[in-house]
Amino acid sequence: MSAVGPDPAKLYHRKTPATWWLTNRSYFLFMLRELSSVFIALFLVVYLCQLYQLSKAPDAYNAFTQKLNSPGWIFFHLVALLFALYHSFTWFQSSAVVLPLRIGERLISRPIVTALHVGAWAVVSVIVLILFLALKS
Amino acid sequence: MATEKTMEPLWWGLFSAGGVVAAFLVPIHIILVGFAVPLGWTSDTGALYRIWWVKLYLFVLIVLPLYHWAHRFYFTLNDMGLKSISKLLAVLCYGGAIVGTFVTAWILLKI
Repeated sequence: MSAVGPDPAKLYHRKTPATWWLTNRSYFLFMLRELSSVFIALFLVVYLCQLYQLSKAPDAYNAFTQKLNSPGWIFFHLVALLFALYHSFTWFQSSAVVLPLRIGERLISRPIVTALHVGAWAVVSVIVLILFLALKS
Repeated sequence: MATEKTMEPLWWGLFSAGGVVAAFLVPIHIILVGFAVPLGWTSDTGALYRIWWVKLYLFVLIVLPLYHWAHRFYFTLNDMGLKSISKLLAVLCYGGAIVGTFVTAWILLKI
């Protein structure tokens, strides 16, 4: 079926400036949320570089972890952690909207569903921590 | 009426799975790799990364959030006024995630 309607080239398009997301607090928070994925990906690439050292020699791996002790890397990981936590929280908030939870007929309120996600996140984090400590040596 | 088949559901599925993995697992890994080991709160010789199921876990941990990044970053760049080069952006973002998948598999198999 071919589209019926005016020629798209002749339609009026309002020009949006590239800085539109700086004009409003919720737009800005939206952009921060979108940018969280960049910092998460950067962290994972650095992590991958660290794992690559293992395939070379144990000394190379130790040297790499030593290097992460510098103020610059600590700052990078701090920024990445803040963005990652922002992603987690906003993701749990939107999960509460996308996947509403019911007990029988009753719909559980969104803040409670978000809180349940945060609780599950805390449990998962502790499990990863325990496994790391148990397996590291 | 003919329905147009697109790759959108696949990318959205990977975006969504990556979002879940990033939300639940990435913060604790940043704390371990970025703070706990470098600052000496705990030691790490890297021995655990040679366990096969840990490698499988790392593959999921690293690869899925790359697709999450690709999907979000592609739309963010479009929203920031780069719609005119959106084809190129798609190749760079989704292509980057695909390359990342192979590089991750290669490194994990080499350890």
